[in-house]
Amino acid sequence: MNLADQIKDAWTWLTASAHWSGGDGIPHRLLEHLGYSALALVIAALIALPLGALVGHTGRGGFAVVTVANFARSIPTLGLLLLVVTVTSIGLTPVIIPLIALATPPILVNTYEGVRGVDPDIKDAARGMGMTGPGILLKAEVPVAMPLILLGLRTAAIQVVATATIAAYAGIGGLGRYIVDGLARKDYPSVVGGSVLVVLLAVIVQLAFVGIRRAVVSRGLRN
Amino acid sequence: MTLAAADGGEPLIRWDWIGDHTGQLADLTAHHLKLALLPILFGLVVAIPLGLLCARWRWLYPPTLGVANVLYGLPSLALFMLFIPYFGIGSGGRADFTIIVPLTLFSLSVLVPNVVDGLRSVPDPVRQAATAMGFGTLRRLIQVELPIAVPVVIAGARVAAVSSISLVSVGTLIGNGGLGQLFVDGYSRDFTTPIIVSCVLIIALALISDGVLVAAQRLLTPWARRGTR
Repeated sequence: MNLADQIKDAWTWLTASAHWSGGDGIPHRLLEHLGYSALALVIAALIALPLGALVGHTGRGGFAVVTVANFARSIPTLGLLLLVVTVTSIGLTPVIIPLIALATPPILVNTYEGVRGVDPDIKDAARGMGMTGPGILLKAEVPVAMPLILLGLRTAAIQVVATATIAAYAGIGGLGRYIVDGLARKDYPSVVGGSVLVVLLAVIVQLAFVGIRRAVVSRGLRN
Repeated sequence: MTLAAADGGEPLIRWDWIGDHTGQLADLTAHHLKLALLPILFGLVVAIPLGLLCARWRWLYPPTLGVANVLYGLPSLALFMLFIPYFGIGSGGRADFTIIVPLTLFSLSVLVPNVVDGLRSVPDPVRQAATAMGFGTLRRLIQVELPIAVPVVIAGARVAAVSSISLVSVGTLIGNGGLGQLFVDGYSRDFTTPIIVSCVLIIALALISDGVLVAAQRLLTPWARRGTR
């Protein structure tokens, strides 16, 4: 099979009306996929954003944060997923835990590096305007660090969306179902079609972050 | 061998299993390293000239960076699938390239931006001094700017190596995942020991490779240490 056949098969699969309705239809699987991804990303952000900002602001514990994040990055997500499923059971929680472990390090490190790297003159100016610790952090340091923080969130979001595919291997839904089930049934068009959908989703997430960046980053920081 | 469900009084890890399988573990570890590190090697071989080109002709960089960003966002499993028709499925021989080629593309998405950033981090006075000493553009790039860029390039190689070592295990879903084979093996038998052992080995491989790259950086940039004394 060559590339042209692959594209043709995937196109036939993607445009078949039977694949666009019901519980195994593309809209439903897409929503499931987005749901798991968003849940994992939000939880990871709730952990990593405050922690990273605090460590970057106080300057204490930076080495520990970077070390733990690097260690977490080396954990194989698939192994963690299958381990959690084997120890507990099939369900949403065992799928979300590895995705959180995947999403937390980039958000944590970028938030920490971003807040830590804010020009001391800016902090002095904020202090001179009468701001205290929390005010300096929220009104000066976080806005200035925003491009880096968003980069961390984008990296995490892309990795989660791409990796949520393996959730299907642990028996729940999402776009990975097409790939895992297709492999099991040797239904190659389903595998390629599912892969194309995940790739499209990852590209859309990247574009979404370009938009978010435009909306959130202060105009003075854009060049 | 007796196997039971994890909740049926079965310990999380059976130490005797490790002793019984040292041969298999060694083979899988060696294969895992091959699948994970060849892509980094190939990635460096392609990324350094590509980065030099992007630094020399700046208009090349934005499109290259765009491609790198898209590559980075691709799901590894999906990318493995795309190469099955060309290299086949299974473990060893030609089929290894079904894993190695996609992982090389991933490593490029990290390495190329780092090579370019590293080259751009070279201070202008250094560049001017090299020009004043009669270096042409190409010779200056290779003999002056590239060595100065080494720390940034290696920082990229560290990220690429750690994620490559972790991503190889996803290949097990198409029958070629090095130590990842043990994930599926343990999962299908409800037996946690192989999963834990292979996770620990993969993390250890990642940490060791990271250490080797840090040592390589020290060797390649002796002036960095001399400067702090």
